[in-house]
Amino acid sequence: MTSNIVIVIIITSLATYLSRFLGVVSAEKIKETSKMFRWFNCLAYSTLAALIARIVIFPSGSLSEIDYLIRFIVVILSVVVFYLTKKNLVYPTLFSAIILSLFSSYL
Amino acid sequence: MIDTKYFLKGFKSIKGVGSPAIALGASFVAIGALLKNLGFSIQESIFSTFLTYALPGSLVMAESMLIGASLINIFIAVWLVNARLYPMTVALMPLLMHENQPRWKYYLSCHFIAVSSWLIMKDNYENIEKENRIDFWIGIGTATWSVAIFSTVVGYAASDFLNKDMLIGLAIINPIYFICMMIGAMKTIQISLSVILGAILGPAFYFFSPEWSILFGGFFAGTIAFFIGEKK
Repeated sequence: MTSNIVIVIIITSLATYLSRFLGVVSAEKIKETSKMFRWFNCLAYSTLAALIARIVIFPSGSLSEIDYLIRFIVVILSVVVFYLTKKNLVYPTLFSAIILSLFSSYL
Repeated sequence: MIDTKYFLKGFKSIKGVGSPAIALGASFVAIGALLKNLGFSIQESIFSTFLTYALPGSLVMAESMLIGASLINIFIAVWLVNARLYPMTVALMPLLMHENQPRWKYYLSCHFIAVSSWLIMKDNYENIEKENRIDFWIGIGTATWSVAIFSTVVGYAASDFLNKDMLIGLAIINPIYFICMMIGAMKTIQISLSVILGAILGPAFYFFSPEWSILFGGFFAGTIAFFIGEKK
């Protein structure tokens, strides 16, 4: 292993573990029935939603090569598949990958 | 030490209709291919997923290395993008804590907190007695983490065969999986509002600050949802 890459990996993992570690420290003092817990529960879901929306709307990497309208259509269709298959998670995910690859090759 | 029965029950969560294996696998296959193109060795790629196990963090690491960012800048950039793990941990661990369980289990297993494992645990914890939840969680975590490491290897090995269209297909799987999981989780007013407001405010704040948009958008959306939900 190159030492430089190894250092970057360790720095990345420390920066990531820090939030998880501090989360456990805080959680020791928070009861699951408290208002504080419900607030953090809201924050967790809203932050995740913000992250996912950002990945779809302002993607980095290969997704950014796809027109936003196509991304939007694929998301809507996949959610429809999710409901049609009684909330199965495998079908909509496979469907989205296949349809987007096809759009990307032929449009 | 760890109750095998509950560990295995958690481990089996990667099977079935709600399985995260495909979504998780697809994104780490893409990571494996990306790390190979960045010049990582196979050992380094495994090491990276093994130690970090958080997708956006690995992507930021890769981007930062491409532009030759300093170590301190890499630390800050990764910390910012993975800071969402803090509210996620605080919103999960109180559900798993039990006085009969040793503390080290919590400090070690918090490494498994990532979007997919977290959403699965949130979906299933009510079916497990509180004392056994931590072992169930370690099962889920070990399973999802193993899928991530295995997929990194697959992606690394397959990178020469993955063309642009296939990588685009892989890239959409994860967001679609998360969107469906989040819709499935919208069972109370507070959570539904948190998800909807977060999805609106997160991208809205992007116009002010791309780096801080997720944290700011998430903070305001979650706080508004909390107060509206508490008043009902």
